[in-house]
Amino acid sequence: MREIIRAWGLTALLAGLLLAPAGVMAGVEKPVLERGKGERCVEDTEYMRRYHMQLLKHHRDDTMRRGIRTTKHSLKGCVECHASSKTGSVASSKEDFCMACHVYASVKLDCWDCHATKPMKKTTPAAMPRLSPLTVGLPGGQQP
Amino acid sequence: MSDLQQKPVNEERRTLLKAGAVATGTALAPGVLLFGAAQARAPEEPASDKVRWGMIIDVNKCADGCNDCVTACNEENGLSGATGPQDSQWIRKLNIRHLKTGVETSLPMLCVHCEHPPCVDVCPTGASMKRADGIVLVDRHICIGCRYCMMACPYKARSFVHEPLTDQNPEVPRGKGCVESCTFCVQKVDRGENTTACVEACNAAGHKAMIFGDMNDPTSEIAQILKTQKTTEIRADLGLNTGVRYQGI
Repeated sequence: MREIIRAWGLTALLAGLLLAPAGVMAGVEKPVLERGKGERCVEDTEYMRRYHMQLLKHHRDDTMRRGIRTTKHSLKGCVECHASSKTGSVASSKEDFCMACHVYASVKLDCWDCHATKPMKKTTPAAMPRLSPLTVGLPGGQQP
Repeated sequence: MSDLQQKPVNEERRTLLKAGAVATGTALAPGVLLFGAAQARAPEEPASDKVRWGMIIDVNKCADGCNDCVTACNEENGLSGATGPQDSQWIRKLNIRHLKTGVETSLPMLCVHCEHPPCVDVCPTGASMKRADGIVLVDRHICIGCRYCMMACPYKARSFVHEPLTDQNPEVPRGKGCVESCTFCVQKVDRGENTTACVEACNAAGHKAMIFGDMNDPTSEIAQILKTQKTTEIRADLGLNTGVRYQGI
């Protein structure tokens, strides 16, 4: 009799273990990423997921310190391909390419404090404004 | 640093440079092509120490009241153009008056891209750096914003970004908490354009007061002028061997 109870108990425990993850998954949705504009990424998706930060760091030092400006692993290249079709940016909303995963993984990004999140505008020099409207706004729209 | 503080050493270096330029100029007749290739380098090729970017500003040609170089710089590098105490200015126009004669001159001041930059000497993290081709830059990735370099610079060429920025130019990343200064339009130089926004604007305005080029390339206009005409370094007494030189002051 005791053995029967133990068997039932084990079965219930196993069933509980199997069902539990489904319950958890329902609360946290996996990020859904928009497909990049290019045909394929510069490296395999799995590799990029794990090592994109190393590639970027290596490339940043090469570019910044030595003036090497190859485009394969450049941040600018990432932005050009992965800018969202909705916001035109990789990090301005939580659904944008970079933010989708980084919000999910709760990893803060500093890149966009300095780097542009939108690809380069293709404008002719004549069409560009005389003074770029990049002034840091003060309350009331005053110039600092 | 000690050997740089004495003027005789600096003079010696200058004569040596001059002699070197003449020697390479004559010996390397087919080398002209070589220099040309070095300037329009491939993207995977690092900046070379055979090149030294520099600028000559002829103060007599610089028009009083003209601000085109400053405007062009702001546009190219995404600066606001505001000139308050907390705003970034990579190049600024100065009006100077001789105390005795009263002669007034107008000239642009910018980072002079020293051969021996004090900003690089004092930087505690190595963020302030000189590239192989003589362009002095700030690596914002490791700049901690201590501003020692701003204090060390005799030319007041550097600015600190006090407020968060948005919508930066993709080619010119800038952000809060870092020191910055003129980059000799390094993005243009690396594209092989071999000019800067301020020089282009000055030429477009018809003043032609600024010349940018490789001081080590004997065929370049800037090297020709350095060789044949008198140019002045501001605070030459510091022995920094500046990349920006002036004429007419």
